Amino acid sequence: MTQLVATVPATEKSSLPSHRLVRRPRILEAIAETAIKAVALLSILSVLLILFFVGKEALPVLTSAEVHKEVTVRTLFAAHAEAGYMWQPVSDEPKYNILPLFLGTLKVTFVALLVAVPLGVSAALYVSEFAGRRTKEIIKPAIELLAGVPSVVIGFFALVVLASWVQRVFGTEHRLNSIVAGVALAVAVVPIIFSVSEDAFRAVPGSYRSAALALGSTRSQVMLKVVVPAAAPGIAASIVLGFGRAIGETMIVVLATGNAAIFDGSFERSTRTVTATIAQELGEVVVGSAHYHVLFALGALLFLSTLTVNLGAERIVGRMRRRLGGGT
Amino acid sequence: MTAVALKRSLGPRGRSHVADRLLATMTTAAAAIILAMLAVIVGNVVIGGASVISWEFISAAPRDGMTAGGVFPAIFGTVALTLLMTIGAVPAGVATAIYLTEYASPRSRIARLIRVCIANLAGVPSIVFGLFGLGFFISTVGKQIDAVAYNGQVTYGKPSLIWASLTLAILTLPVVVVATEEALRAVPREMREASLALGATKLQTIVKVVLPQATGGIMTGGILAVSRGAGEVAPIMFTGAAYFLPFLPTYPNDQFMNLGYHTYVLATQSPDVDRTKPILYGTVLVLLVLTFMLNLVAITIRARSRRRLAANA
Repeated sequence: MTQLVATVPATEKSSLPSHRLVRRPRILEAIAETAIKAVALLSILSVLLILFFVGKEALPVLTSAEVHKEVTVRTLFAAHAEAGYMWQPVSDEPKYNILPLFLGTLKVTFVALLVAVPLGVSAALYVSEFAGRRTKEIIKPAIELLAGVPSVVIGFFALVVLASWVQRVFGTEHRLNSIVAGVALAVAVVPIIFSVSEDAFRAVPGSYRSAALALGSTRSQVMLKVVVPAAAPGIAASIVLGFGRAIGETMIVVLATGNAAIFDGSFERSTRTVTATIAQELGEVVVGSAHYHVLFALGALLFLSTLTVNLGAERIVGRMRRRLGGGT
Repeated sequence: MTAVALKRSLGPRGRSHVADRLLATMTTAAAAIILAMLAVIVGNVVIGGASVISWEFISAAPRDGMTAGGVFPAIFGTVALTLLMTIGAVPAGVATAIYLTEYASPRSRIARLIRVCIANLAGVPSIVFGLFGLGFFISTVGKQIDAVAYNGQVTYGKPSLIWASLTLAILTLPVVVVATEEALRAVPREMREASLALGATKLQTIVKVVLPQATGGIMTGGILAVSRGAGEVAPIMFTGAAYFLPFLPTYPNDQFMNLGYHTYVLATQSPDVDRTKPILYGTVLVLLVLTFMLNLVAITIRARSRRRLAANA
């Protein structure tokens, strides 16, 4: 016993300074690794917390008898006897039909994709197949800058300037409508479609192009019959991601749609989207009321839709990369 | 390279030549239209807002029902908000990226799950973050703090600077992670091996060798996050932004004004649209200049560090 106690300080004294250097950090190493890993788990935690807390406030729409006095899952979708498909939460008899809002979101998204997909994909094809290095160095950062324009600024532009232009050209019934909002939304969506498509085009191996050229194809044949088909899953993913961005965008549609929940197919009249409804009504709603829970339910639906869309896009891209051998 | 040489030497002929030119013209036009969108928006805002910008506009508070005066409280609020957000998002984002690139094994399930979550977090609509901030930070965390520390008096269970910042921190986390990860991956493996071979521990290698090489990328991520956060409105509408405040926020539980929210309020709730229009344009210009400068700085830093790493490799 005594011998042991005596020898321990002796060995420590005799050990080289480097020995201590190696030893002490080991605990530190372990602590650091654990801490870093713990922080990294925050992202998983965040997704779970969002799911839980948005879901928690949405759930009473399904379960609460108190809420069911005003709204049930059936009345969210089914037509009202007199009013039809109507979203009118603030009235003597509140009406919570969410179909007009869904339709609004779809109309605006449709216009946005109609504009943004051809533009984004073509521009990506240009940058990956035609543009020289210098041109690329201008276009890519410029599109990044476009992606960096805050959506409230795009919405402001649509409200103040674009709406007047559209009305002058098309003579639309309402000044703010699905076309104005859709075109403005396209500005926000185009950078995503461009960058994901461009990645896809770049992932097509150069050997594909060389082989096609060697077989006597022209440049346009190489692009349309080799590069685009090979990159097709990536293009699809870019459209899917663009769709996800478009249905979730808020400030542009709040400012540019006119926010009238009209249930019709017209693109020339004002409309109201799911996101804009949450943005405009949550601030004034009584916490815990049926209206409050319905707004959270809309948010939960939105969250689940974008989650599905993103997971889908990721799968498509992953599969494409594996097929193209992950090469450049 | 050979493909390019081949393309040149082959020189397409006849009818296909027309197809080639048509395709080139159409795709060029698409790129030009996208650039034109940027130019038109920026041009319009600059032309509309330039005459409004003055020292008073930058340094004074709004007056006369927000039809006169300046936007200083909104600038201050935006800066305070993004600063607090950065304190949350950057360390967490950098740590996540370090875990993913330095610690996790390539086939680690947890790492894959983290990646999926980061990608999804980036796709969550900003308005959902607003709902989350309200449901989690204000109604749950804030209420608990009030119950425990303030005898149930509403202190943190209400829209506040701190809750809006934390909400934005989660929203911008993916921006930081993606940029940092790119930077860390660009550091050559030989550097890590050399450091380890000299007897440095893994942590020493990360802190003294890898991270200094990746500073550019980390800064890029931080700046892009600030730029993104400065422009977001939907997540802060219910979590802390105020319509108008006669004072600047000084405590974490104060509300704040914000350039983006101010734009929204002026554009939609102004009693006199024509009189607020100049102020509105000025506000948008300030916001746009702020986000553009940040973006340009980030793009430049990234381009430079990419080039340096390419030269090193």
